[in-house]
Amino acid sequence: MLRSQAAITGAVAAGGALGALARWALESAWPAPPGGFPATTFAINVGGCLLMGVLVVLVTEARESHPMLRPFLGVGVLGGFTTFSSYAVEAQQLVDGAHLAVAALYLALTVVAALVAVVLGLTVTRRAVGLRRPVVRP
Amino acid sequence: MTATAGLLVVLGAAVGAPARYLTDRWLQSTHGTGFPWGTFTVNVVASFVLGLVAGGSPPAVAVLVGTGFCGALSTWSTLGYETVRLAEQGAWSSAVFNVVASVLAGLGAAGLGMAL
Repeated sequence: MLRSQAAITGAVAAGGALGALARWALESAWPAPPGGFPATTFAINVGGCLLMGVLVVLVTEARESHPMLRPFLGVGVLGGFTTFSSYAVEAQQLVDGAHLAVAALYLALTVVAALVAVVLGLTVTRRAVGLRRPVVRP
Repeated sequence: MTATAGLLVVLGAAVGAPARYLTDRWLQSTHGTGFPWGTFTVNVVASFVLGLVAGGSPPAVAVLVGTGFCGALSTWSTLGYETVRLAEQGAWSSAVFNVVASVLAGLGAAGLGMAL
């Protein structure tokens, strides 16, 4: 039990490092313009939510999969790839810079697009694997 | 700088991601209410810490603590999934509360960190 807990924590750390590296590479290539819409973080968070929806169905609903897969890919890679802290700080910086309309748009559009992306990922993948409705597992 | 920065991102994230996982496990086992307080907590804490380092930290600190640690400690994918799951279970008010409280508390925490 303790050993498997340590292994899962290690898988989360490795996945998180990979996800964060990918995020850092994208943010370095396309940094947010000062006072402008943080499109890179937006795309990272919405894309990560879409993949999360797909992943949950594939690794937990469609079949039993390797117990390391969800910790590594979901908690680790996608958790490390997406970021809530940059979202909050970028929005706060837009507010501080008096770019209130951009801040409000960024805050609201991320929430809506992220949730739609999760639903889309879940729905399309459930359909693809022949599941009709959500499998409720604790 | 780039290779060093990448290494710092990896180091920060290799601490931040398991810290998120262990915080979530611990809060679920001690305050397991079905509401995702673990994700809420790590997101607010990470927003505060990123606010602290966002203004005028040395680049190495910003990359290690900001991009690596805070970025991996916080998550949008799990916040999004847990919110949708609450809605699928019919807990609509919890779903709305989760996302609204996360955004407001995260903004407040980021602002507080930036002001200090």
